[in-house]
Amino acid sequence: MNQSAVVQTGLYLLVLLTLAWPLGRYLAALMSGGLAQRLGWMGKVDRGLMKLIGANGEEDMPWWRYAAAIVLFNLAGLLAVYLLQRLQLSLPFNPAGMPNVEAASAFNTAVSFVTNTNWQGYVGEATMSYLTQMLALTVQNFLSAATGIAVVVALVRGFARKHAQGLGNAWLDLSRATVWLLLPLASLFAVFLVGQGVIQNFSPYVEAQLVEPVSYQVAKTDEAGKPLVDAQGAAVMETVTVRTQTLAMGPVASQEAIKLLGTNGGGFFNANSAHPYENPTGASNFLQMLSILLIPAALCFMFGRMVGDVRQGVVVLASMTLIFVAMVAVVVWAESHANPLLVQLGMDAGLGNMEGKETRFGIVASSLFAVITTAASCGAVNTMHDSLMPLAGGVTTWLMQLGEVVFGGVGSGLYGMLLFAMLAVFLAGLMIGRTPEYLGKKIESFEMKMVSIAILITPLLVLGGTAVAVLLPQALTSLWNPGAHGFSEALYAFSSAANNNGSAFAGLSANTPYYNLALGLAMWFGRFGVLIPVLAIAGSLARKPRLAVSVGTMPTHGPLFVVLLVGTVLIVGALTYIPALALGPVVDHLQLFAGQGG
Amino acid sequence: MMKNLIRPALTLFVVLSVITGVLYPAAITGVAQVVFPDQANGSLIQRQGQVVGSSLIGQSFSGPGYFWGRPSATGPVPNNAAASSGSNYGPQHPALAEAVKARIEAMRVAHPDQAGPVPAELVTSSASGLDPHISPAAAYYQIGRVAKARGLKPEDVQRLVDAHTEYPSWRIFGDRTVNVLKLNMALNAQGRV
Repeated sequence: MNQSAVVQTGLYLLVLLTLAWPLGRYLAALMSGGLAQRLGWMGKVDRGLMKLIGANGEEDMPWWRYAAAIVLFNLAGLLAVYLLQRLQLSLPFNPAGMPNVEAASAFNTAVSFVTNTNWQGYVGEATMSYLTQMLALTVQNFLSAATGIAVVVALVRGFARKHAQGLGNAWLDLSRATVWLLLPLASLFAVFLVGQGVIQNFSPYVEAQLVEPVSYQVAKTDEAGKPLVDAQGAAVMETVTVRTQTLAMGPVASQEAIKLLGTNGGGFFNANSAHPYENPTGASNFLQMLSILLIPAALCFMFGRMVGDVRQGVVVLASMTLIFVAMVAVVVWAESHANPLLVQLGMDAGLGNMEGKETRFGIVASSLFAVITTAASCGAVNTMHDSLMPLAGGVTTWLMQLGEVVFGGVGSGLYGMLLFAMLAVFLAGLMIGRTPEYLGKKIESFEMKMVSIAILITPLLVLGGTAVAVLLPQALTSLWNPGAHGFSEALYAFSSAANNNGSAFAGLSANTPYYNLALGLAMWFGRFGVLIPVLAIAGSLARKPRLAVSVGTMPTHGPLFVVLLVGTVLIVGALTYIPALALGPVVDHLQLFAGQGG
Repeated sequence: MMKNLIRPALTLFVVLSVITGVLYPAAITGVAQVVFPDQANGSLIQRQGQVVGSSLIGQSFSGPGYFWGRPSATGPVPNNAAASSGSNYGPQHPALAEAVKARIEAMRVAHPDQAGPVPAELVTSSASGLDPHISPAAAYYQIGRVAKARGLKPEDVQRLVDAHTEYPSWRIFGDRTVNVLKLNMALNAQGRV
């Protein structure tokens, strides 16, 4: 790595961990209810809200009621997002007159935003009304993140409690995470972003008079809209001159802030965080990167505090950080090399791979963002991942395929990593012939069955979905790049959807009936097929006693367990995905550098 | 068993939707319009009462008297700020090499004074299709052509480029850049085209 990469990555991690520590303490106090007891007004708001919605905030829900509450709450969101898109033309706040969204696309987007994936088959500024952006999409940016936090808190309670039937109150957890965590953080961040140049208004699109008129060629069409061809069969082109530029407007900053804090990633605009109105400066970019990993990192500290041993949280966080740094090194290295085919043509090689990158970010801040957004299940992009160098594209794909546990999504990253921790103690237990224990809880057959379901469901969706996509003729036409890179596009799409990331190799034409439905299903089962087993494990763990530490207990708070945990994540990820990655990014890389000596 | 869950699920959803989907964006808009009205409305540049663009959104330039920015992959018109997009070409897409080859040839024809390799940003398309910046090196590459077309001294044009070079935020994050629209407007303000 070059010097700038070391400085930017080092500073990034330093600031991230410094901020995550106090936020983790705050989260532990907030989600355990201690804060509401100390601050009377906060408790009053909580109780008032519970009364308003007709729920008993005191109820300690068993796992299946907790799970049912979460699923029902998310189904309400699914329906609302779907209907708002389908009816937006008849609703207010639609100054650009966006028509109603077509059914398959609306279904895909509804699942996408409810599952915290925020995969986007549509072009934001040309599809969604301001009302849909706010009341459908911004809302789910908050609520899907709150769902993740609620579920991980329930799992942590499962470890912390003994002989308990309940996991806490889902309504209270959801509302506390939204009102006392996400809302204040997003508000601060949104105002900062506006200061940097992110727009926040309800104005109609602005017409600017260009300084120099632009001429471009388009295919000429007849009255029926059919392209005209000349005697040789070539398309007839005509020159069009435009004198204005239409600037898309909207309430961007408010959505941008929660898009990153909630590891959602769905951009207001098609170009996402590469768009200058979403991410105008190096400073806004740095804060965006921070806010992606902030809550996932803080949740590790919260976990440590809530189970009564901060070191346990530090171990999980250290494991995530180790994998993260290694991936940053590979991506920065790969992207610092210019495309050899273009250098041959006479392009300067000094800057590296600039296709699909913004000048103001350059290679380092673009590469760092690409790793952060795929390590977390965020999916916001400030560089076009389809145009990444093959190995960099491969690393970002693999980070998603690891199950989004390297920081991962808000809540979902930590509960995914804790599944791997249980798998790691189970494997270690097999090797040394002892009953596996984690945090004083015996990990038995029921837990391992649920862990297996949760860890295996995403590979099934990713590899199965990709396999079908490359066999179906109507799915193959969606590929934009030829050859191995086209395969990478399909693999990336299913990796992103099933692991709820949401970024894309965006050349893929995903707004087709096949991809809208297949990816919609992958997102739904990738979310709830993991979330429900996690709650079942939590319920089972809560009922068990917490065993005291004995000489036979394998310690899970030191460097040895970091190695074990990192090893488990990487081995499962490698065994499952390396064959598929070899067909895509690896072949792509070898072809690109064939005969280049590189 | 589900009966007393459905009502709280729906009402909690509605209440939180109002808070996060109506009150929150409205409050942020209110604060933004008071504290940062210029930025909140798009950092628009006005000339004689008319909006001529945004300092954050790139425009296409092709005349010899102007600095040229990043190629844009938006359709149908380049730098279409109502439909942002990158090219999404993978490194081996044949159309990428074809497009870059044509751009390099055009650059060489337009800049006979430059013998070396062509700066990467001038021949590769940006992520958003709206990149307002190029690197200082890419601006220097074009000084000879712009100075000749405008009948200015290259040193004067270079001084203008230097004056428009922007540093990374807090001198760390990102790369040094030149805002093409602002630079070209400064050239126009000097009067000669």
